[in-house]
Amino acid sequence: MVDFSLWDIVRNLLLAARWTVLLSLTAFVGGGLVGLGLLIARIARWPGADRAVGAYVQVFQGTPLLMQLFLAYFGLALLGWNVSAWVAAALALTLYTSAFLCEIWRGCVLAIPKGQWEASASLALSLGEQLRHVIGPQALKIAVPPTVGFLVQVVKGTALASVIGFIELTKAGTMITNATFRPFTVYACVAALYFALCFPISLWSRRLERKLHRG
Amino acid sequence: MVQLDFAAVLVEWPALLRGLGLTAGLTALSTAGGLLLGVGCAWARSGGPRWLGLVAAGYVEVIRNTPFIVQLFFLFFGLPGLGVRLSPELASVLAMTINLGAYAGEILRAGIDATPRGQIEAARALALSEAQVFTRVVLPPALSRIWPAMVSQIIIVMLGSAVCGQISAAELSYQANLIHSRNFRAFEATIVATLLYLALAIALRRLLSWAGPRLLFGR
Repeated sequence: MVDFSLWDIVRNLLLAARWTVLLSLTAFVGGGLVGLGLLIARIARWPGADRAVGAYVQVFQGTPLLMQLFLAYFGLALLGWNVSAWVAAALALTLYTSAFLCEIWRGCVLAIPKGQWEASASLALSLGEQLRHVIGPQALKIAVPPTVGFLVQVVKGTALASVIGFIELTKAGTMITNATFRPFTVYACVAALYFALCFPISLWSRRLERKLHRG
Repeated sequence: MVQLDFAAVLVEWPALLRGLGLTAGLTALSTAGGLLLGVGCAWARSGGPRWLGLVAAGYVEVIRNTPFIVQLFFLFFGLPGLGVRLSPELASVLAMTINLGAYAGEILRAGIDATPRGQIEAARALALSEAQVFTRVVLPPALSRIWPAMVSQIIIVMLGSAVCGQISAAELSYQANLIHSRNFRAFEATIVATLLYLALAIALRRLLSWAGPRLLFGR
């Protein structure tokens, strides 16, 4: 029987943690882009967009992320695409992230006083110009802390990708447990690594928030 | 052409109903436990002894910065290493309670911090004990202030319980998995379970928004 030192466990977990980081970044960037598109469709009052995006957000916020992952995994297979767990996980997490970010950012846009819209409209700015030069910069300022805070949720959400077989930190933990028979140590290490990833982001988000409130 | 067969899933409705029942049961127990734990945490951090406040703060940070599935696996797979063996259902309730407790404590603390100083001083001037000040004067308005956020958090925990199927607690997602392992209708079974979760989330929000003011903090 091979003996595993603590360092062997941690080293293998660290290697797997790269995939957690990569999946988080993919979902965060992709979700940000999709979320921004949805938000603009909503703000621009495209016909039906308000209700459609509202329903989209409600569905993603009202169902388990695990089920969304399963749906992406089985759904894509049903369409005849033989996709890897990575593609299904990236797709599901991107859509999930887009729904939450769209809702967070909508709150930030709504927090901008109506006078700003009216003033910029009276200067004959188009909707695009209003968003780019007047509303966007102000909304961005208040949007940063909750967006960074949501990044923690995304990192934690990637742990569920282990269930559809994507080998990231949690899945690696399960596999190492099966090899070492030391679940207590392994899962404690897994939790510690997630904490090391998420806690700095949480602190950063809180610092940004305090700075914002001080003005 | 993709052919969907929902009938094959829907004939298994007794299993889905049992799963839904366990999901609701897990949520009910962990909501009760999590709220108590959250109140304890919030008290420890706002008025309790300093060391207890630090313990509570550490607990809140650890739980909030690690995934629920890892917490669950740690309880179910990790603890037997210390000689503590939990059934899947007990591990699920415990993990959900511990998870909700941390978030509830943080949410409640924000509500408690917003209590006007004068109210606490007035209560003390009326010779209420510290415990009475907390449970009668500080807590009810704090709960009422943060109740919408608390309801959202309880729903997040309910949705998170889908993971408990991974340790073979026979809740809704587990039953859906079981059904599609029998009839190979994976997509349909998952869709049906997802819609049931959505319905449960909507119903739970209604129920808690209605029940909170009546049962917990008066109107």
